[in-house]
Amino acid sequence: MLGALHEVAGTGPDMEHAAAAALFVAGCLARLPGTVLWVLERSDLFAPGLAAVGLHPARVLYAEAGKAATVLLVMEEGLREAGLAGVVGEVSGRLTLTASRRLQLAAERSGVTAFAIRRPRRHDDSTLLEPCAAVTRWQVASLPSGPPLPAAPDVPGLARARWRLELVRCRGGEAASWVVEACDAQGRLGVVPDLADRQAAPGPRRASA
Amino acid sequence: MWFPTLPTDRLRRGPGAPPPEMPLVTRALDGGRQVVASADQAALSLGLAPGLSLAEARARVPELRVHEADPEGDAAALRHLATWASRYAPLVAPDPPDGLLLDMTGGTHLHGGEAALLDDLLERLGRSGLTVRAAMASTIGVAHALARFGPADREVVAPGDEVSRLADLSPSALRIAPDIVRGLLVLGFETVGQLMRVPRAPLARRFGPELLARLDAALGRRFEPLEPWFAPEAIQHRLAFVEPLLTATALGIALDRLLSIVCPALEAAGMGARTVDALFERVDATVQAVRIGTARPSRDPGHLGRMLRDRLERVEPGFGIEAVRLVVRVAEPLAWSQAAAVPGEAPVLDVSALVDRLGNWLGSDRVFRAVPVESRVPERSFRRAPPLWSAPNLSWPEALPRPVRLITPPQPVEAIAALPDRPPAAFTWRRVRRRIRHADGPERVTGEWWRREAEMRAVRDYWAVEDEEGRRYWLFRRGDGEDPATGDLGWFLHGLF
Repeated sequence: MLGALHEVAGTGPDMEHAAAAALFVAGCLARLPGTVLWVLERSDLFAPGLAAVGLHPARVLYAEAGKAATVLLVMEEGLREAGLAGVVGEVSGRLTLTASRRLQLAAERSGVTAFAIRRPRRHDDSTLLEPCAAVTRWQVASLPSGPPLPAAPDVPGLARARWRLELVRCRGGEAASWVVEACDAQGRLGVVPDLADRQAAPGPRRASA
Repeated sequence: MWFPTLPTDRLRRGPGAPPPEMPLVTRALDGGRQVVASADQAALSLGLAPGLSLAEARARVPELRVHEADPEGDAAALRHLATWASRYAPLVAPDPPDGLLLDMTGGTHLHGGEAALLDDLLERLGRSGLTVRAAMASTIGVAHALARFGPADREVVAPGDEVSRLADLSPSALRIAPDIVRGLLVLGFETVGQLMRVPRAPLARRFGPELLARLDAALGRRFEPLEPWFAPEAIQHRLAFVEPLLTATALGIALDRLLSIVCPALEAAGMGARTVDALFERVDATVQAVRIGTARPSRDPGHLGRMLRDRLERVEPGFGIEAVRLVVRVAEPLAWSQAAAVPGEAPVLDVSALVDRLGNWLGSDRVFRAVPVESRVPERSFRRAPPLWSAPNLSWPEALPRPVRLITPPQPVEAIAALPDRPPAAFTWRRVRRRIRHADGPERVTGEWWRREAEMRAVRDYWAVEDEEGRRYWLFRRGDGEDPATGDLGWFLHGLF
């Protein structure tokens, strides 16, 4: 859904770094046209990694906020700028109901899509359970990937990564879960081949998120 | 800032200047006597100090070149420098005969900090052939003293260090009359520190109020205002109030009124502002300054007003503000722009307004783009570029796996791997052991020997690995596994996918 706030988090030990979550968001934005404002608290984001899922460096504008509270303010400032493809904020602290509602309202008004990547220090952080005005909440978990060449399982190498995408909460919709192949060089997700042969797995329609 | 050899530096820049190794002095009339008014570095090193009689100087150095002194020209040059320096600081005042005073408050964020600003300032002046020394401190007195008598040609004094930095200098650093300095030397006062330790009353009785006033001003006990200098051609407007203003709302309205005068003036001149200062004159004669910078020339009152208002919270009104002045310090030509786009044409997004707002708020170096750099070492493969940079076709090679999170510095992990080129079977990071199921590599990265001697032989072998839960990591081993000179075989975690 464009023009709305989405919350994305990792799982387990990946909660703090939210690497898969960042790739998922970058892949979503790679397929929207325009400039992306990426608001960092500290700079551990590696731009070549974003380029690998199709988010070209010329399209990303970074803002290093330094403090968790400033990240939210900078995000809101960015969301007022109609015409951006999206605003991404890396939120390590709390995202209160008030703060998230402000972001959601700003996103609705300008039509810019907002992603809050939740990066709590601990993976069982209780602040994640607080109510939030985001339209959707996603959880991106890594799953073991298959062999790089299904016909020859002994060949070493890495296949495309595999994620469990969980739509934990969705306003006006139902929670759901998909197993997908991670974003490719154009930012597209893939249907896992061994599932595709079986019963129709619900194709994750990324245009809707 | 101090220009010790300003008159001769000016002559050297002019036509027909003598070569730099030839001593050059200017002469002036002191009573009925011809004396040396100023001397350049070559002349100073030969012992020709200002004040020496010209006949004696000529006798000592026969090949001496002498020019007529030009105090008016020097003063004009100083004003010229003040206008130029106003790009660095909102409040600039010439300090005749050979100094400049800059109040940096509220302007350093646009130049990457105080030390970087000073380096940039001195480098630019040095390139134009001027000898210059500068110091930055919380009071005019300390900065003035250290620029002239300090050990280095540039210095930034941390707040709180003023007393200790001033204590070692001679009393002549205090901007007092020469006969007071002589009197102090007769009494055995060789440093300012000795002056600070003795009772004040006898000093005041013997030398008058000037000495203590200068000392107090240097130590910040007495306020010393700066008379700001404005270039006559700068677009500016001043608004004075009958009643002093105290609230941010009132100041915001005043700014809007000023902008409604200044912006049309910019438009008439065909210019757009790059740097704008708002100077708030308080009833106690201090001036508080707020400076904003834009990434592109702008004369949009809404945009400029919003940026100025974002910084209003830094203004302390004190007992009230009796006048506000808005000065356009740096302006650039800005062509007429069409208000509405041609119907049917997609509007081009201009992020410069957003960039300006965020840059003024976070600091201009905190808003950036990541630009690819051709480098073998992954952490050097991008640099921060100004936000309006664009080179749409530049990216990183797609075939190499690169993580989305880079761990800086790389964290050492315990890993076991067969030499020389097998991936690790497992590694321990944060006390958790992770068994590796799939691995891709090695990607060999050799050191950039042209940067550092230590990288001459250094080799890193990178592996992208996946553990049993499907998480992916970017590990490297120092060394190629065969030659011990290339690394000590330690394993490191450098990134997460």
